[in-house]
Amino acid sequence: MSDAFPRGKTAIAGLATFGIGEMPGYNAMELTVQASSLAVKDAGLTFEDIDALYICQPDDFFAGLTFAEYLGLHPKYTDNNRTGGSAFMSHMASAALALEAGYIDCALIAYGSNQRSKGGKLSTPMTSNAWDAPYAPLFPLTSYALAAARHMHEYGTTREDLAAVALAARSWANTNPEAFAKGPLTIEDCLTSRMISTPISVRDCCLVTDGAAAVVMTRTERARDLQRLPVPLLGAAAATWWNSITQAPEVTVTAARESGARAMGMAGVEPRDIGTLQLYDAFTINTILFLEDLGFCPKGEGGRFVSDGTIAPGGSLPVNTNGGGLSCCHPGMYGLFAIVEAARQIRGEAANQLPGIDLALAHGNGGTLSSQATVILGSMATL
Amino acid sequence: MSGPELHWRTALGEGKFLLQRAPDGTAVFPPRIAVPGTGSGSLEWFEACGLGTVYSLSWINRRAPAEPYNVALIDLDEGARLMSRVEATDADSLTIGMRVEAFIEGTGDEAILLFRPAEGGA
Repeated sequence: MSDAFPRGKTAIAGLATFGIGEMPGYNAMELTVQASSLAVKDAGLTFEDIDALYICQPDDFFAGLTFAEYLGLHPKYTDNNRTGGSAFMSHMASAALALEAGYIDCALIAYGSNQRSKGGKLSTPMTSNAWDAPYAPLFPLTSYALAAARHMHEYGTTREDLAAVALAARSWANTNPEAFAKGPLTIEDCLTSRMISTPISVRDCCLVTDGAAAVVMTRTERARDLQRLPVPLLGAAAATWWNSITQAPEVTVTAARESGARAMGMAGVEPRDIGTLQLYDAFTINTILFLEDLGFCPKGEGGRFVSDGTIAPGGSLPVNTNGGGLSCCHPGMYGLFAIVEAARQIRGEAANQLPGIDLALAHGNGGTLSSQATVILGSMATL
Repeated sequence: MSGPELHWRTALGEGKFLLQRAPDGTAVFPPRIAVPGTGSGSLEWFEACGLGTVYSLSWINRRAPAEPYNVALIDLDEGARLMSRVEATDADSLTIGMRVEAFIEGTGDEAILLFRPAEGGA
């Protein structure tokens, strides 16, 4: 299988978040444009430098067109690709290829949502397909519950293991000023929280927040001359194995197994080389599945792996150092926020900055464990 | 003639639970116009035996007084998997691995494919 990728030839030159938590009074596009303005400024560029847009919005299938119109841009290439919360990793992959080919010179990837202020529920036009809908699964929650229930059945994973994921996320969030959910959280709090769709309770679910993020990508040779430390993209791969969870050969094995292996292969790295992981934790089971599927622990061992604090502050494998979707923010499609946190760790400016991070992995998940996409970011020292 | 989805729904409305079979014998559901994996158009209809095994399940809680209901993934004996609900069970009795049998509730456009514990259990 051909997996050619321009390792390190393109880089994140600027990044920003805006309005994380609650931003009443702003619509989704306003949040996205504000984050984009900050990211472009961070790069030391202007919107006139942007010639390609990768824009995904929760409520606008023509988001890239709306964005261009909003700012009076005339992009050479506009992409609304929407593979759920993993879309942004796919955007990075295609932007890197277009940049390297010289087809475009500067890409903006952006997302924003006001779902908390607007209604307090996940903002998505997606729903169950016609075969599943008559049985009224909660979309997308019950699909993750079906994966978690099977994982428990096959591997003995417990609700305490799931809770350990939530606790680790909260511990990171507690020292991140940007995080929305702070304060003490105990295993007991998780176990006694309201059950929604067994075995997933309220504390197993990501937040519903507002928030926007944006990153600017350009060729690394150009990014070197800009004002911020470039964060080169070493590998990026997406994999889709199904849409509805009913079509998963095994609901406990996701296409992250493929996207992760391919992205790490492009980057020339192995799991043990990676300093920190930013994993799309829509639900606590996600973190467990992705640790397994990305190769950080054997299949079935994810629950035990997280249960002793390995991924929490002070643990040997820092995961979701901003607090993740569980405790930092979840404006509907979290993938871009995972990318931003990975890049901040490389730039040395994360709220919970880890020492000497040269390699960070950001993993996005879309739909019902359906679309998986992984990016490997490095420092300039890894080129 | 109709597309596979309408064909399947029409049969369900007449009390028949159909599946498709690929040339290599693999059972296919939901109904398709091409075989997943090969794209072959050779799919033949057959009537499912209706027996299956619970692969995974979740109970969805609702505000009282509404009762919880379940959503289950069923592995059919023919090999395909689908989502459904297992009736006549509760959270204590419904388990992964339970043998179940299909039944069709309602007719015409109202028909829905459901399952219940199989006669004689495993």
